[in-house]
Amino acid sequence: MNAPFYVAGAIALVSTLLVITRASAVHALLYLIVSLLAIAVIFFQLGAPFIAALEVIIYAGAIMVVFVFVVMLLNLGPRSVDAERAWLSPVGFVGPIVLGAILAAELLYIVSIAPRPGSASSLVSPTAVGASLFGPYYLGVELGSFLLLAGLVGALHLARSTEQAAR
Amino acid sequence: MFPVPANVALGLAALLFLIGLVGVLVRRNLVFILLSIEIMLNAAGLAFVVGGARWHQPDGQVMFLFILAVAAAEVSVGLGLVLRLHRQGDSLDVDAASSLRG
Repeated sequence: MNAPFYVAGAIALVSTLLVITRASAVHALLYLIVSLLAIAVIFFQLGAPFIAALEVIIYAGAIMVVFVFVVMLLNLGPRSVDAERAWLSPVGFVGPIVLGAILAAELLYIVSIAPRPGSASSLVSPTAVGASLFGPYYLGVELGSFLLLAGLVGALHLARSTEQAAR
Repeated sequence: MFPVPANVALGLAALLFLIGLVGVLVRRNLVFILLSIEIMLNAAGLAFVVGGARWHQPDGQVMFLFILAVAAAEVSVGLGLVLRLHRQGDSLDVDAASSLRG
């Protein structure tokens, strides 16, 4: 019984549930950061310390900071929280939750009847990950850099103000 | 350190993914939809890392790095769209963007 794994998993599930039910965007972001940190603990338990560090630095650090920055730019006040509460009717939750519960039951059944589940804790060193990344996967790294460049150009174009675009 | 059963870890990834899916279906605010997509991408990455650890291969962690790159690109474009939508209609309701124009 690996107690840190189960505690971190429970924290991840609860905080992720809180993310999708909050009315305020900032509260949801902070809960998502808690969830990502809990998943980083799980990565550490699974023997992936490099990925755990990247989860904290890039996901909980960089990507969430971009979200916080945009929420700040949007300047959402109490008015938007009230509108959000009005949109969050319990009736709207029924259909997706029923469908999600059916899918969850199926997936949990399938993973529970696995013949040889085995242990998922094995240390794969960052050295092996780096050697694989720049060995058999070098084409994927190049494509990833293209994708990030395309994302940069797309974000620049979309976020430009319309007055500047007219000029 | 006690071993983690692979099926429990995969079940956790499946549950996190489904919470993100429910979030995409339920919410109407574009920021929350993007957050839910982040949850789903992260859960898929967790499943990849569990698979890699189960078979003692680095490929799962390599795939997580690619998912990280995809998530970063998706967030930058998505948040650009959020800013544009907010500037146009003063609302983040995705239904307000149902009729796109040039």
